[in-house]
Amino acid sequence: MSDEKAGTKPAQSESNPVGGEVMLKVTGLQKHFPIKKGLLQRQVGAVHAVDGLDFEVRSGETLGVVGESGCGKSTMGRLITRLLEPTAGKVEFQGQDITHLGVSGMRPLRRDVQMIFQDPYSSLNPRHTIGTIIGAPFKLQGVEPEGGVKKEVQRLLSVVGLNPEHYNRYPHEFSGGQRQRIGIARALALKPKLVVADEPVSALDVSIQAQVVNLLDDLQEELGLTYVIIAHDLSVVRHVSDRIAVMYLGKIVELADRESLYRAPMHPYTKALMSAVPIPDPRRRNAKSERILLKGDVPSPISPPSGCRFHTRCWKATKICTTTEPKLTELKPGQQVACHHPENFEDQAPQDTVLLTAAKEASELVAAEVLAESAQTSAAVAAEVSETGTPAKAESPEDQEPTDKQS
Amino acid sequence: MTELSKSGAAVGEPTGASPAPTAFLEVRDLKVHFPTDDGLVKSVDGLSFQLEKGKTLGIVGESGSGKSVTSLGIMGLHTAGQYGKRKAQISGEIWLDGTELLSADPDDVRKLRGREMSMIFQDPLSALHPYYTIGQQIVEAYRIHHDVDKKTAKRRAVEMLDRVGIPQPDKRVDSHPHEFSGGMRHRAMIAMALVNNPELLIADEPTTALDVTVQAQILDLLRDLQKEFGSAIIVITHDLGVVAELADDILVMYGGRCVERGPAEKVFYEPRHPYTWGLLGSMPRLDREQQERLIPVKGSPPSLINIPSGCAFNPRCPYADLPKDNVTRTVRPELAEVGSRHWAACHLGKEQRERIWTEEIAPKL
Repeated sequence: MSDEKAGTKPAQSESNPVGGEVMLKVTGLQKHFPIKKGLLQRQVGAVHAVDGLDFEVRSGETLGVVGESGCGKSTMGRLITRLLEPTAGKVEFQGQDITHLGVSGMRPLRRDVQMIFQDPYSSLNPRHTIGTIIGAPFKLQGVEPEGGVKKEVQRLLSVVGLNPEHYNRYPHEFSGGQRQRIGIARALALKPKLVVADEPVSALDVSIQAQVVNLLDDLQEELGLTYVIIAHDLSVVRHVSDRIAVMYLGKIVELADRESLYRAPMHPYTKALMSAVPIPDPRRRNAKSERILLKGDVPSPISPPSGCRFHTRCWKATKICTTTEPKLTELKPGQQVACHHPENFEDQAPQDTVLLTAAKEASELVAAEVLAESAQTSAAVAAEVSETGTPAKAESPEDQEPTDKQS
Repeated sequence: MTELSKSGAAVGEPTGASPAPTAFLEVRDLKVHFPTDDGLVKSVDGLSFQLEKGKTLGIVGESGSGKSVTSLGIMGLHTAGQYGKRKAQISGEIWLDGTELLSADPDDVRKLRGREMSMIFQDPLSALHPYYTIGQQIVEAYRIHHDVDKKTAKRRAVEMLDRVGIPQPDKRVDSHPHEFSGGMRHRAMIAMALVNNPELLIADEPTTALDVTVQAQILDLLRDLQKEFGSAIIVITHDLGVVAELADDILVMYGGRCVERGPAEKVFYEPRHPYTWGLLGSMPRLDREQQERLIPVKGSPPSLINIPSGCAFNPRCPYADLPKDNVTRTVRPELAEVGSRHWAACHLGKEQRERIWTEEIAPKL
């Protein structure tokens, strides 16, 4: 599968507006955490945290990664910064294969790849002063910045909007937002090329969140950074990202540039995820019908569902979804989707129209208007693409009133 | 702080002596202070509001603004615990359905707790006991207030679990909390809070720890349950999206006080306090075109030991210098009516604020 992916990539990079050269390339990335049991600690299973990811990050862009808890987005972040050892697949950073580099092999690269952590409380050593914390990367890498470490640290402090005189203070003297700035200063110390930020703002208050988001924005502009921002908050991700990957149970289900993803999401999961975000507008409260409620919980990553992993909760799932795993393919320029029955697009498996029982139940939670609209757009796109035109039409009535009619 | 009672409902004397609460829940000039070694922490400093049955009040604010302390205060959970040797100092009045809670006998309040008013906590893992089954915990909550045998109570527990949408409730009733997923635990906790059909439900950050898809399920559930049981709900959250979904009225807290209060529509469309503007500007929104930049509130929330003099928001307020005579730094603004059922505490002139909002803030949101 990974080989095949590699082949499709070049075409897609042309379509991207931010397209610089590829900085990070991930193919077939997997991470399975073994589950061991018994006296002999025999492996009885594995948590399929990340199960085959293919994507690339181009220099200068921001890739946002969204998904619910347990979808493997943080594991992904730790894999590409090589804080974890991948089970399979390949990670290339600037053309160099770093998949299985050892600690010492990684060390020179640590300058270029840095991470910002979620929790500003546990990611700073309480016994060290801010000066020591931000100066640590210089020490570890044996770099002597111009003008000395202290001067450089103070410069970094002012870059992230902290008072350089606070050099000798301890983390507890700072508020959450300020601590996050310290974490950012530390990440920036060695002038990295790629910064992976795992939930950089989710622990912060709304007003502080905005400060940090703006700071990340400014720093990218000034220093030409490339970001991979992992977050569960879709509105924050939309605000910061150029392209967005949506993950579900260890897989990327949709990868698209921001505008396409938010305007016309193709994967039903993306659509459901976006419709679930509460809109801060009381007048919209009555427009609730747009909301797609998903039934139940995310299945366990220990034994993920066969075929398409979303089929247990999807309102469009048919038989093919249980048997064949949809490949992440580029349906529209700049929009890759892994779905047999995408939204806002021509049906990929039009011959298969019998909804699963689970899908019928799920579709009861989806308002009729939403279904009708989605069927309409799908049909319209299908007509546009119009090789045959007929198959998509057959699908629409099924979707609205689930019946067992074979076409 | 007494403005609310004066201008709001039919309350004549705001001094506290007059028990004339027409509202189902009325909080008058609530103060919760904690003495500490560093000084007095004024977590809640003069808060007043009313809430009717079947209505939802959203309390919004950042961490440390006093939202949770308010909710624990209403539930009477501050007096029970001691903070070191020193107790929390609580003053004011809390009227629930004609009973004043702060001056009432703790035993009487205890009888109300769980039956008349109950609470949904943020983190179900710490709110549920890990050792007992979900069923046992719901049964306990039910039998404390109802004189029924265990069997009946368990039937009731199953019924509640079914109501909150837990599949196979008759089996899951015997599960332990760790066997439930995050969303299900949340549902179980809601079932427990609702088992006695409380008339007041306080939900403290009910969905903060949840994923959006589960959050949508829980919000939906809360709405349905309110329709069904007609309870009054107080939702405490920092997420303006959640408040917009649920609340009829919104109360914005800052530094232990209410800075703005009014119907949800008004607070979102005609906010009259710079802090509310700040909150609205800080939020990236999915329903709008992409903003170029967010407009954050500068600085950080105040320490509750050392609340800035004058208006607590003045060090962060971009308009603090507009009113004359440095009044923002010396005089504490009181809540004043800015529209029907809409109050804000700000020194800026009413027209001035209207102008700033419509000309400077609203177009950028």
